[in-house]
Amino acid sequence: MAQKTMIQAITDALRIELKNDENVLVFGEDVGKNGGVFRATEGLQDEFGEDRVFDTPLAESGIGGLATGLALQGYRPVPEIQFFGFVYEVMDSINGQMARMRYRSGNTKNAPITIPSPFGGGVHTPELHADSLEGLIAQQPGIKVVIPSTPYDAKGLLLASIRDNDPVVFLEHMKLYRSFRGEVPDEDYTIELGKADVKREGKDVTIISYGAMVHAALKAADELAKDNIEAEVIDLRTVSPIDYETIIKSVEKTNHAIVVQEAQRQAGVAANVVAEIQERAILHLEAPVLRVTAPDTVYPFSEAEEIWLPDHKDIIEKVNEVMNF
Amino acid sequence: MKHVLENIESQFEMFQVLNEKGEIVNKDAMPDLSDEQLKELMTRMVYTRVLDQRSIALNRQGRLGFYAPTAGQEASQLGSHYALDKEDYILPGYRDVPQLIWHGLPLYQAFLFSRGHFHGNQMPEGVNALSPQIIIGAQYVQAAGVALGLKKRGKKNVAITYTGDGGTSQGDFYEGMNFAAAYKANAIFIVQNNGFAISVPRDKQTAAKTLAQKAVAAGIEGIQVDGMDVLAVYAATKHARERAINGEGPTLIETLTYRYGPHTMAGDDPTRYRTSDLDSEWEKKDPLVRFRTFLENKNLWSEEEENKVIEKAKAEIKDAIKQADKYPKQKVTDLISNMFETLPTNLEEQMEEYKEKESK
Ligand SMILES: Cc1ncc(C[n+]2csc(CCOP(=O)(O)OP(=O)(O)O)c2C)c(N)n1
Ligand SMILES: [Mg+2]
Repeated sequence: MAQKTMIQAITDALRIELKNDENVLVFGEDVGKNGGVFRATEGLQDEFGEDRVFDTPLAESGIGGLATGLALQGYRPVPEIQFFGFVYEVMDSINGQMARMRYRSGNTKNAPITIPSPFGGGVHTPELHADSLEGLIAQQPGIKVVIPSTPYDAKGLLLASIRDNDPVVFLEHMKLYRSFRGEVPDEDYTIELGKADVKREGKDVTIISYGAMVHAALKAADELAKDNIEAEVIDLRTVSPIDYETIIKSVEKTNHAIVVQEAQRQAGVAANVVAEIQERAILHLEAPVLRVTAPDTVYPFSEAEEIWLPDHKDIIEKVNEVMNF
Repeated sequence: MKHVLENIESQFEMFQVLNEKGEIVNKDAMPDLSDEQLKELMTRMVYTRVLDQRSIALNRQGRLGFYAPTAGQEASQLGSHYALDKEDYILPGYRDVPQLIWHGLPLYQAFLFSRGHFHGNQMPEGVNALSPQIIIGAQYVQAAGVALGLKKRGKKNVAITYTGDGGTSQGDFYEGMNFAAAYKANAIFIVQNNGFAISVPRDKQTAAKTLAQKAVAAGIEGIQVDGMDVLAVYAATKHARERAINGEGPTLIETLTYRYGPHTMAGDDPTRYRTSDLDSEWEKKDPLVRFRTFLENKNLWSEEEENKVIEKAKAEIKDAIKQADKYPKQKVTDLISNMFETLPTNLEEQMEEYKEKESK
């Protein structure tokens, strides 16, 4: 098996599906000749031609509308939003149109669209590039939200997303693009959407997370192990819908849980997870389920992002709090 | 059925005053500027070119953050700005930091903006401007509002906003012009057409032959200007400004220009999408070169004078960097207090939490 970065795994998945399904179209700002600002589409226009992989004019609402229309013509569009902070520009297309296509048409039309988009903090971008906005989409019924944390997951989840017959927002954390390599098979494989993954087994406490925070959780778990606390780390992988079965199974074993997200505390995915745990497993809990999140400000100007972003120390602190409750 | 497109497009010819050799080619359009003012325009362009070179170097040393190079676009940026009044309101894009500086934003604050410190976005009292907009097109619609406000208050001032060739594809671009036009608001819309939106060439952006013609659908005047000719840009903006404050409505100005550098300093590689032939073709049109020739022929400029400007710029940049270094670091608690007029309870609690974190 080859060792690949997440960005290479993503390019791999796009290449496989462009080859596999002639209805797949990859487009967006700078995805053609330039191969994407992060090189996610590197070489794809050369390989598949401008008919399949192309640049669009600079307009996210246009990109979203184009994707919706192409889907109605039987294509399987993969429209990139260059940075997810620009999603506000295409919000109606995503939440107002694609997500409601099946419902509105009485289940006679669907929108098999996958929207890949970089997001996430710690890489010193200007404003509105790094924000964790998955909650905006996760609140919308009719659309799935996928956030991989490893190169292996990224490839399998992206292939599953493109093949899914419903719309998917596929969020790629910028900090994970090139920060490490992982095993990625060259062949075609998929990872079922809506299934969480236990990234580390443990019996004492469950840490539920997704995206870059999974790595902070794993780091925290390593340190906690030195104090004889065995943490189980669950990577949600899909934040809408959420795999509660895996979470509850773990909580029933550990009787302690915390939820970690890079996004702000207010509303959001973590709040949802906490609510479901207490509804489904309150009698198994020995302590309240706590959250580690960013504070309720907009994503900070880059000079302050290190302190703003949650890290493994915050996680250790919260785990100790629930363990010593 | 009458086809009108060709007729309309043929109306949009590039407006030029000074050609590449520094000769006046359009005497009637020569703006009424004193020798001192002409020299001031050159001073600003030279200064800004130095600032760009230094900013790129500082970015490479890790001493600046986000930076969008400006070399090549000086005539478009500074010629249009020079036509403004101090009270006029600027709504810039991310590449338009020079206009802000010449409007009164202290250099050290421009550096703090680059580093991602909120103080870089705090316009000093009397500097009528927004900080550079990151969301492409957003400033265009807001300009309609600022312009309408100026009109309602009976001000003889304009709102001027800037975007690029790529920005003309956004819905906001059309909405901004259309709204301003519908209210005959005091607005000037500038498009700096540097041929590329990151890697995407202008001809992939739109089927329209010119970007200036996009004014027609909004029912306003549009003009395409040689964006490497500071006199043409100045004259066009001055004219647009007079019309705007006289209640004759907004104008769209397309300036034909080029950015010599990469899109930003965050890893863009222009050799992936531009040829060196194209680079040198545009370098021949350089705004500083032709204006220098023009001024030298009038005995208004010399190498010595230029060197003085360069040295002054370098010294001021050095001081400004020092000042930026000394400015207190931005804290999360600052950001918390900048969220609302009075803190809601969740933020009150978090304020305490982060005060403690920051004291460690
Ligand atoms: C709404 C939005 N979409 C995309 C981007 C990313 N982006 C930044 S600059 C740029 C190209 C802009 O090109 P142009 O308007 O021609 O201006 P230039 O950079 O050439 O000055 C893109 C796509 C953004 N900042 N905002
Ligand atoms: Mg451009």
